[in-house]
Amino acid sequence: MSGKVAILEAIRKHRVPAAALPNLERSWLRFADPLAHFEGQVAAVGGRTVRVRNSAEVAHVLSTYSEFAQAKQVVSSIDGIASTFAQDAVTTPHDLEAVDWAVLPAQFGVAENGAVWVTDEQLKYRALYFIVQHLALVLPAREIVHNMHEAYARLALGTSSLGVFISGPSKTADIEQSLVIGAHGPRSLTLFLVED
Amino acid sequence: MSHAPLAAQFIADRPRATWHDQTLWFVRSKRDKAAQALPEWEELRECAAAIKAHTVAHLADYLEQFERAATNRGATVHWARDAAEHNEIVLRLLQQHQVRRLVKSKSMLTEECHLNPYLERHGIEVVDTDLGERIVQLAGEAPSHIVLPAIHKKKEDVGRIFHEHLGTAAGATDPNYLAEAARHHLRQKFLQADAGLTGVNFAVAETGGIVVCTNEGNADLGTSLPRVHIASMGIEKLIPRAQDLGVFVRLLARSATGQPITAYTSHFHGPRPGGELHLVLVDNGRTAILGNDEFRRSLNCIRCGACMNTCPVYRRSGGHSYQTSVPGPIGSILAPARDPQTHYDLPQACSLCGSCSDVCPVKIDLHHQLLSWRRELAQLGFLSASKRLGMQAMSFVFQRPGLYRTAGRVARWLVPKLPRALVYNRFNPWGRQRELPEFPRQSFREQLAARRRRGQSHER
Repeated sequence: MSGKVAILEAIRKHRVPAAALPNLERSWLRFADPLAHFEGQVAAVGGRTVRVRNSAEVAHVLSTYSEFAQAKQVVSSIDGIASTFAQDAVTTPHDLEAVDWAVLPAQFGVAENGAVWVTDEQLKYRALYFIVQHLALVLPAREIVHNMHEAYARLALGTSSLGVFISGPSKTADIEQSLVIGAHGPRSLTLFLVED
Repeated sequence: MSHAPLAAQFIADRPRATWHDQTLWFVRSKRDKAAQALPEWEELRECAAAIKAHTVAHLADYLEQFERAATNRGATVHWARDAAEHNEIVLRLLQQHQVRRLVKSKSMLTEECHLNPYLERHGIEVVDTDLGERIVQLAGEAPSHIVLPAIHKKKEDVGRIFHEHLGTAAGATDPNYLAEAARHHLRQKFLQADAGLTGVNFAVAETGGIVVCTNEGNADLGTSLPRVHIASMGIEKLIPRAQDLGVFVRLLARSATGQPITAYTSHFHGPRPGGELHLVLVDNGRTAILGNDEFRRSLNCIRCGACMNTCPVYRRSGGHSYQTSVPGPIGSILAPARDPQTHYDLPQACSLCGSCSDVCPVKIDLHHQLLSWRRELAQLGFLSASKRLGMQAMSFVFQRPGLYRTAGRVARWLVPKLPRALVYNRFNPWGRQRELPEFPRQSFREQLAARRRRGQSHER
């Protein structure tokens, strides 16, 4: 007997009391100013937010960061920010280890926890989000949902092979509960909120 | 060795035991703050418990739906009845792809299956990439906590381990310096790996996808560099709908560490272009628990660790004293279900304070189940002679009211007059750290009778 048949039979031989699936359309937590709450949450999880009007401002703000000014390899898919690393030329995600900064779009943010939603749809290698030294994501300031229920309601989960809520930079507290920013992944996360 | 002597060893180092206790209480306090910040916290717990109860009632159907959806997205689903089958499946996959180096992110299931030593015996290098897990792996130990694997290690310990294995400066204790060294070491391991293995926090029947939550991004690096991704999951990790994730993702990190969400909450649907995704569904005793009305709810567990952080026994005895892959209150329920012979003493370690049930995000009635386990294990014959004989003697006395009254009268008169050595000795383990309460001069029954007599004399 195969493992599958055995396991399914072992489950079905038990009579488990029926229970209804709850309706999740409820009045969940909302905020008077979701954008402001989002910014507060991003700061609390070790990230940085900057309100800008256009991508020229993104470029200007980035140039004021010393880590960006010193960056040798930049990958950008945002208009007005030049790439110095030819992403299309690499043939293995391992080569992305050399990238100092990536500037990429995010779809929307979640006010309750400061997370933003990204997918691997527009990327050659999904590793880019995780292997770069510093990550900047650009999203429209009005695209902030209040809570995770609204977030999942607007996602079409499964349309891309990877979708990630990113909340702040890579971090660890595994050494005596001391928070260290920059565990294996990006050492910083900057979110540019583009206002209309 | 059973839990009590191991706990005694742990607590013998008083300053360290106090530090351990306070560190976990700090995490518990962060959880409280995060939970209190959500007005709908209790509603979320209710929803989570209801979703799990529903899923378990239809588990076979949802597993089949999940397999269909996952297969449609290009993943390969494997089924393992027990730990041995799971390990064989993983090894076969690795051998098929000539994998010599495997990077793993956190998976308590692979701890439960003892996958690492099995793969190492077959010549595969296994690197745990969660920093806490890497620390205990280099130290040759098992995790002592499911979310904070190295919570029992002080920074001086980590400094010594890293000095020996990673060549950091002798005597270094700065967490930033040590974590930076681990970053360089582990990024090399990610780049060299031939395959990545992850656990699964949630699997969605509707979409055929899995969700993995980490703070370090190690699951993401481990699955986006090598071509082959293997994900091991217990069959109870399933939830029906994508929208159910809203409930569980909101509860998980807040309950675990007090964060509003983990830094990375990654949703995998099928392999990445040019890659492979293998999902290994494991029973290993779960269907037996599912058939038990009393313990079924333990399958709700989302492995947040909140019950450990709050447990007064866990905090003062350390995770290793439980000798199971999942320690603490939930571990003391799951372990005897799998192997009562080895783990019969764990439900006895509980003080029945009920704090675990209060913090559990999926409303498992942990302390009730621990009490049920005590009865069950006694019936199975796993009770020490001292407890069994003591209970028999008590039962004999309680069934004879006259004898009970006489025994009480004698004890109230006699015990306070006895020399200490006769009361507090090796035959009274209860008295090892405790003093008997002061004996009253009269029993309740005698006091009541006296009160009635006085009452009558006051009547008009």
